[in-house]
Amino acid sequence: MIIDLPSTTAGSVGKRLVDLREKHGAVTLGRVLTLVLIADEDDAEDAIASANHASHEHPCRILAVIRGTSRGATRLDAQIRVGGDAGASEVIVLRTFGPLTAHPVSVVMPLLLPDAPLVAWWPAEAPDAPAEDPVGALAQRRITDAACCKRPIAALQDRVASYRPGDTDLAWTRLTLWRALLAAALDQPPYEDVTAARVVGGTDNPSADLLAGWLALTLDCPVTRTKASGVDGMLSVRLDRASGPIVLERQDEPVAVLSMPGRTDRQVALPRRSAGECLAEELRRLEPDDVYGDVLTTGLEIQRETGKVTRTKARR
Amino acid sequence: MTWTANPLRDKRDKRLPRIAGPSSLVIFGVTGDLARTKLMPAVYDLANRGLLPPAFSLVGFARRDWEHQDFGKQVRDSVREHARTPFSEATWRQLSAGFRFVSGDFSDDDAFDRLSQTVRELDEQQGTGGNHAFYLSIPPSSFDVVCKQLARSGLAEPEREDQWRRVVIEKPFGHDLDSARELNNVVERIFPADSIFRIDHYLGKETVQNIMALRFANQLFEPIWNAHYVDHVQITMAEDIGIGSRAGYYDGIGAARDVIQNHLLQLLALVAMEEPVSFDAADLRAEKEKILSAVRLPPDLDTYTARGQYSAGWAGGTYVPGYLDEDGIPSDSTTETYAAIRLDIDTRRWAGVPFYLRTGKRLGRRVTEVAVVFKRAPHLPFESTSTEVLGQNALVIRVQPDEGVTMRFGSKVPGTAMEVRDVTMDFGYGYSFTEESPEAYERLVLDVLLGDPPLFPRHEEVELSWKILDPIEEHWAAKGSPEPYPSGSWGPASADDMLARDGRSWRIP
Repeated sequence: MIIDLPSTTAGSVGKRLVDLREKHGAVTLGRVLTLVLIADEDDAEDAIASANHASHEHPCRILAVIRGTSRGATRLDAQIRVGGDAGASEVIVLRTFGPLTAHPVSVVMPLLLPDAPLVAWWPAEAPDAPAEDPVGALAQRRITDAACCKRPIAALQDRVASYRPGDTDLAWTRLTLWRALLAAALDQPPYEDVTAARVVGGTDNPSADLLAGWLALTLDCPVTRTKASGVDGMLSVRLDRASGPIVLERQDEPVAVLSMPGRTDRQVALPRRSAGECLAEELRRLEPDDVYGDVLTTGLEIQRETGKVTRTKARR
Repeated sequence: MTWTANPLRDKRDKRLPRIAGPSSLVIFGVTGDLARTKLMPAVYDLANRGLLPPAFSLVGFARRDWEHQDFGKQVRDSVREHARTPFSEATWRQLSAGFRFVSGDFSDDDAFDRLSQTVRELDEQQGTGGNHAFYLSIPPSSFDVVCKQLARSGLAEPEREDQWRRVVIEKPFGHDLDSARELNNVVERIFPADSIFRIDHYLGKETVQNIMALRFANQLFEPIWNAHYVDHVQITMAEDIGIGSRAGYYDGIGAARDVIQNHLLQLLALVAMEEPVSFDAADLRAEKEKILSAVRLPPDLDTYTARGQYSAGWAGGTYVPGYLDEDGIPSDSTTETYAAIRLDIDTRRWAGVPFYLRTGKRLGRRVTEVAVVFKRAPHLPFESTSTEVLGQNALVIRVQPDEGVTMRFGSKVPGTAMEVRDVTMDFGYGYSFTEESPEAYERLVLDVLLGDPPLFPRHEEVELSWKILDPIEEHWAAKGSPEPYPSGSWGPASADDMLARDGRSWRIP
């Protein structure tokens, strides 16, 4: 069911929600969190679809604040989507116009679920300091996505500068499968120290930077970050050990090849995950991700100091 | 520097899943229902979630005259039909590279030698590293011969110290104490106790694990979780279906052995046990064993047990045959399809609180739940007319379907007069979570491969539950035919009388 409420206020939207619950039982209280996503019109529907996907695992109220043109008069157009049109969530789309575009928190505040955690998500461009943004300041968790910004590497630098516990970036989330495979590889004998490592990924790929930072932080060895032109994601990771290197390489997505000394090469499924899947992983945890924080605040620096950055052209 | 721990693992890094190490799963009885509808889809779903190692292999063993690719096709069909996660060609290609099939009979030495050969080849080609789990999805009568064959062909013991061999068995773990011990001896002669994984799939269910979260992670419930506040507990597992094609297995076993001995007593243990000092397997099992050993049978088994057999009738809009008319059931069978018992627990916490357990086939609807029913308030400061329809408070843990928790309490009816009536408050664990939450078998198969035992009952628990059930079964055996109850109803009249005698009644779940 989709209900349009043009030129309205957050208070009336709230009233309408209570009304819907009483009349149709459509809006239940079994939500575990409020997810606020803040986007421009162009990114909004994709982001809402991703949030719906994540809501199957984490029933939530989704507040989609869409920034319209800042010129002209203040206006709020709202739309409530419940039932089949909203997955396992209830979606409230809030389109702001005029001076209101600068004050999204004023429309969010009256619609938050009582006594439930708040997660803020900027699917594309994010404020320079998410934790100081009025909506971000209300949230337990702030999710950004450096890879979807116009200048990904600069965006990652902003994250470093403004990091507060509770921040995470989907560039980090996208690494989970890679990190899991690498950790599992080191779970196996021979238990040798890694002496050097190399991460190859796209020139502007913030995930590759983070992975290099993570390896530098945890393995205590020089890590080379190789920027490969002609690739836009992660390409390969190599961990050198006395008995030979462990190499995880993804030439043809969604399959990667894992090679270890003395073993036959194995194919592993290593697909790129959708924003919805990544978001679902994020929502699984509402406490700060300290490991991400460490990588961001010290790992990246250690990598720069002890390792190096090289460039290559991706072979296809 | 010596290697102490994997530097890439960090306790705080909760994102990183635990991926099983290189290993293979060898399934005996791979053409059976369970393998097709549960095991293979679970393996696929695990692979799809990235929780299986790249070096993973699935080996089927059955009498069929199959090639590896025939086996692959069977797995593919079952995955297509039953898997939870969407089918991905990439996952499939990677997984199916590790499929092998060995054809043969359990008595055929040759076949087991071929299996041994296959497994050794897998270690080399697939890198399964000498780690193998044997899943016995076969009748218990075949355990003996298969275990002996595994030992004879050298499969039961790892070649090196850092390798493992595990064996997985499914209920029924015997049909009474003696047979359970015998079965256990058969398996324990070959495999060490900590390599034996007994699967009670109920324990893999999220809601069952949630019982522990509900009880031990909250301050709200534990203070009232005792005889001061709890009046009684009802544990129900009802099925709306009949025995279907399971006649051969079911007749002679009956509802109590099929369900009460394992599922219901495990649920009782989780609901009634004290807080374990940790959630390690040993600590958890210690508490479960303690509470099971404190269970006391009613002195008079006639008044506090009930059994029934479904007769023909209208169930859910269809006319269905009675148990005695089912295919393959002798017309004089005395097997019960409904069983209800009262148990007491001799501990300070539960003294005087009866636990009523019931299970049956062809009942009103399919439901499994644990209902903790509280005492009435000691004093009601209202006119007696205001609370006439107020029932007892209850906390209901719905295990399936529609997993969740319901609380029932009194609320004022709108209007000027003070009138209090029962209302329910509902937490739908299942409503929105189920789509993404893993199936019980996924969790259990992964735990077997990881060697993580908390969710698997130990032989001691199995013995304790048979000790509870055996006297009841003996009592019933001397009593002739069970009482018939119409299909689609909630069981025989004697079950209702059993509670009525205590001044209580069964919930309609």
